Formats: sequence, C-alpha cells, structure tokens
Amino acid sequence: MKILVCISNVPDTTTKISFTNDNTTFNTAGVQFVINPFDEWYALVRALELKEAQGGNVTIIHVGGVESEPTIRKGLAIGADDAVRIDGEPNDAFAVAEQIAGYAKDKGFDLIMAGKETINYNGSLVGAMVAELMSLPFVSMATKLEIANNVATIEHDIDGGTEVVECALPLVLSANKGMAEARIPNMRGIMAARTKPLIQVSAANADKLTSIAAYELTKGRTDCKYIDASTPEKLIELLHTEAKVI
Amino acid sequence: MSILIYTEINKGKIKKSSLEAVNYGSRIAAQLNTTATAVIVGDADLSDLGKAGATKVVKLKNDKLANLDGQCLAAALEQVASNEGASIIIFSHDFTGKEIAPRLAAKLKAGIVAGAVDNPVISGDLFTVKKNVFSGKAIATYSIHSAKKIISLLPNSFPVELNQGTAEVVDFAVNLDAINSPIKVKEVKKVTSELNLPDAELVVSAGRGMKDPANWGMIEELAKVLGAATACSRPVADMHWRPHHEHVGQTGIAIRPNLYIAIGISGAIQHLAGVNGSKTIVVINSDKEAPFFKSADYGIVGDAFEIVPKLIEAVKKFKANQ
Ligand SMILES: Cc1cc2nc3c(=O)[nH]c(=O)nc-3n(C[C@H](O)[C@H](O)[C@H](O)COP(=O)(O)OP(=O)(O)OC[C@H]3O[C@@H](n4cnc5c(N)ncnc54)[C@H](O)[C@@H]3O)c2cc1C
Ligand SMILES: Nc1ncnc2c1ncn2[C@@H]1O[C@H](COP(=O)(O)O)[C@@H](O)[C@H]1O
Repeated sequence: MKILVCISNVPDTTTKISFTNDNTTFNTAGVQFVINPFDEWYALVRALELKEAQGGNVTIIHVGGVESEPTIRKGLAIGADDAVRIDGEPNDAFAVAEQIAGYAKDKGFDLIMAGKETINYNGSLVGAMVAELMSLPFVSMATKLEIANNVATIEHDIDGGTEVVECALPLVLSANKGMAEARIPNMRGIMAARTKPLIQVSAANADKLTSIAAYELTKGRTDCKYIDASTPEKLIELLHTEAKVI
Repeated sequence: MSILIYTEINKGKIKKSSLEAVNYGSRIAAQLNTTATAVIVGDADLSDLGKAGATKVVKLKNDKLANLDGQCLAAALEQVASNEGASIIIFSHDFTGKEIAPRLAAKLKAGIVAGAVDNPVISGDLFTVKKNVFSGKAIATYSIHSAKKIISLLPNSFPVELNQGTAEVVDFAVNLDAINSPIKVKEVKKVTSELNLPDAELVVSAGRGMKDPANWGMIEELAKVLGAATACSRPVADMHWRPHHEHVGQTGIAIRPNLYIAIGISGAIQHLAGVNGSKTIVVINSDKEAPFFKSADYGIVGDAFEIVPKLIEAVKKFKANQ
C-alpha cells in the first residue's frame, strides 16, 4: 500500500503570536516550528501503523521553503520512508492543493491523508481540494481507519455525531483526534532520518486565489470580576442582569 | 447573479447555522443590489429561510444526494450556481461546510475564506473578509482575488434575525449520472440526548481538577439545568474520562458560545485557543493563580465540589422565578 501524508509546518502550540511589517507578516523570530499536530499525531502515525501491519510505503509531502526541512526530517524520524518538498509558497490553500495534486496524480497512491486543519490558518481546506482536483472521494474528520482488501472502513465526525463509511481505495481523508496516539521519535529514528530520501521538486504554476492583507491580535479581556466563593448564586444573577447570557 | 447559500435541515428544522448563513448572504445581496437564494436538500418547513432573507429556495432533487455525499453535493451546487449565474456562494463553516465548500472552491477556482467572522468589505470585485487564524489568537483580513468567491461563516458569529419575508420554492433536478461515489454509509451514530457542542450557546466545561470521571455528575447536572452542552479539556478526553468530541482547544474543536463556564481547568494556551471567542467566560478554580483567570470575565476562586452544587441550586431557583 502506498500512502501519502500531507504535512504542514506550523508554529509550536505555545507560541506567542506577533506580527511585523505594519501587521502584514507573521513574526517568526524565535518561533519553534513543528509538524501540524493533526498531520503528525493522527495522519502520519496511523499511516505508519497500517504500513507496519500490512507492508507498503509512507511518503510525506510538504509545500514550503527550505526552512521547513527540519520539520520534514522529524516526520522521517517518526518513521516515514521518504519525503517530498515542493518548493512553493504555502499561503493559499488552493495553490497548495494544486501542487500536491499535481505531484500525486500519476504516482499511484492508494491513500492520501491530510490533517483536519492547520493550527495557523485553520482552513480545513487542503485535503478536500486535493480530492476534488484528483476526482477522488474524500472523507473528512476521520477518527478511525481500518483497511482490508483494498477497502477502507472509516469512522468520522459528522454534524451531531459520527458515521461509519466504507470506501474502495484510492481515497483522500482528513485525520482528526482518535486515529492514533502520538509517537515520539527515538534515537534510531532520528539517525535513520538523516539518510532517508528528501527530494525537492520545483513548484508548478499555481493559482493564488486569496491572500492575507493584514493581521491583528485578538482582543484580550478586561479585568476579571471576582465573586466570593461563599455566594456563588451572585454569579447567576450577574450572568442574567449584567452579561445577559442567561 | 443572486447570492447562493447552502443550507441544511436538522430534526425537521432549518439549522441555526444555516439561518446565520442566509442572514449573512442576504446582507451581501443587499449591498450588491441582488437577491439571496438558499439551496437545500430534503423536506421540512422552509419558511424560516424566507424569514432569514432568502427570496428563493432551490430544492435539489436527486437520490444520490440523500446521504449528503460530498462529491455529489459539490457537483450539484456547481450546476445550481451555473443555472443561477451565481458567483458568490455562502456556507456555514460546520461539518458539511468543511467537506463541500473546499471541493466546490476547487471545482470553480473560487477563492475561499473558511471560517469568516465578519461581513465582507466589498470594493468593486475585491472582497476582504476577516477570519480567525492561529487558533483564535489572531484575526487575519483575507482578500479574495478571484471572480468567483466562497465564504463559509463561522457558526455563532452573528445572532439570527428573522423578519416577515417569504421565499419562492423551486425544485431543481440535478444530473449526477457521471458521478458514482464509492463511499457507502454503513452506520450513523447520532449523539441524541445532548446538545450539539459546536452549536451550543451555553457550555459547561470541566478539566482535570474534577479528579475522577465519577465526579462528572454535577457537571452534567449544571449543564442540564442551564440548558448547556458539556465540554472538557484535552487530558480529560485523552484519559477517556469524557468522549473525544467534547475536547475543546487548539487540537480539539473551537467553539464560541455566549457563555463558557470552565471548572477545574487551568487555562493552558492550547485550551484558550479553542474557547477565547466565547462572549462571556466564567472560571471556577481553587488556585487563584490559575492562568485562566486572566482570560475570564467572571471568576470564583474555590473548590468546585462545594461551588458547583450551590450553582445548580441557584440556577434552579433562577429558572423557577423566570
Ligand atoms: C501540542 C499541544 C496541544 C494541546 N491541545 C490542547 C487542546 O486542544 N485542549 C486542551 O484543553 N489542552 C490542550 N493541550 C494541553 C494543555 O497544554 C494543558 O495540559 C491542558 O489544557 C490542561 O488541562 P486541565 O486544565 O484540565 O488540567 P490541569 O492543567 O491539570 O489543571 C487542572 C486545574 O484544576 C484546578 N483544580 C484542582 N482541584 C480543583 C477543585 N477542587 N476545584 C476547582 N479547581 C480545581 C487546578 O488548580 C488546575 O488549575 C495541548 C498540549 C499540547 C502540547
Ligand atoms: N503547505 C502544506 N504542505 C503540505 N500539506 C499541507 C500544507 N498546508 C496544509 N496541508 C495539509 O492540509 C491540511 C489542512 O490544512 P488547512 O486547509 O490549511 O487547514 C493540513 O492538516 C495538512 O495535512
């Protein structure tokens, strides 16, 4: 089985966000970048589990500049067999999807996995777009994945519940929590990652349909109003009369 | 060239997030001197769509749409858009929206802003729209350059407004002969009794401070008397104290209810990322230094095991006097 896992390079979850150039650019100074948690913890690890159980190959693909290579190497250290970096700008979901679909179209992948969303752009877009560009079925927010006889059985989140679907390969899915447990790369993995293939592909012409004109930080809250623990009923009164939420 | 809005039915009624999207689409229509057309699959009382601002409702007809299959729905919407001459399409950024809107965007080469939190600013053919980025830590203003545009609206960004309007309902037979989706639905497990967390206006959430899953009875009771949904922090879901779909935060779901009550949750940055869009935040924590108090509107420093039962009583009394 040939699996392709799409990984995105994102600021660590604890990053304090700030902007430069008149609030038009994310300030990367001092920021630690990691594999997007949904891509790493769920998509990649489940892909590796399937490969270990059934044989096959796991390739990771990333659209981005050379600065993403440490993140890609981490994916190799966790256990991916090889990696592809498409040297393009990752700032429009459609352009990213066009690059990935363009690369994958004639490679015969049985399964293409993306994360539910990136924790920087929070789009939830790229996976579905890759599926559409490749005319493949897409299952979003997968929480369980089994594969037998070329058919995937997937449990995924839907509005107000979950659904179990079956789908013949090939297909594209986006991975949500539940698919697998996070893995920490061990020393052997880290050593092996140094020599695993990481190929660079130049970007094809892609259509950039959106761009970010400016950023602003979300407004913080003003002072917290404390209510004495001995009179919690006061809270209910304030929620009604002052906050007007109940 | 009316504005199209994809809408859905839940339990025989138009979904609240769909009404929000129709309101949103009709505001854009008013700015552009055109009309708002809602698109729907299935049968229900559709009058709320007119009240929310649609002047026309297109009912999609094709058996292949019964399970809301993404490939079929995107193709169906492409046909409606072409039939209506629509170049601006609105979704709700909910589960189906996340599945279909990007598919349709790729089909139409439409620039998409997913999870918009504000009305677009329109200047000629250029739309600029705000959306949350960095998991709610910041807001970005996106420009959509393409002629065709898709915006999916983050649920609970605007209150629903209904007026006296009515909409003409027309059937639209979709041709899906070319699509044979290999996805077969085997089983649907709806979370029945509980409120749907992403749509909930009131949420009671608890964390590791509750110490044991057996102690969740009072959390559920408080949620029940308030009419709120329940949520939890990540370690609580990881330890299987609570189901995964209750996990809120950067790696869970992001919610923005009118009221979020956090009980025994420290307020880690990854947790805040999923809830800081809430209108009012209440924090109950025994540690007065807990970071969550810095992001709270109301705080109670004290032992949840003493405070929550008192709150339940207070809510009951409040409800009885209403
Ligand atoms: C990459 C990454 C992603 C993450 N994503 C998420 C996410 O999406 N969502 C999320 O929630 N977390 C996430 N986390 C975890 C996050 O960092 C915190 O560890 C987590 O939110 C802590 O959960 P908690 O507040 O329930 O537990 P704790 O941090 O253990 O806090 C428990 C709190 O309960 C209080 N308490 C104890 N006893 C009582 C009592 N009797 N009455 C009242 N209060 C009491 C304590 O004072 C304390 O503040 C993520 C972490 C990482 C590294
Ligand atoms: N630059 C990228 N390179 C490779 N995969 C990506 C990239 N950006 C996003 N993805 C994948 O698409 C998913 C959804 O991203 P997004 O649409 O930005 O929320 C991510 O979880 C990744 O799996």
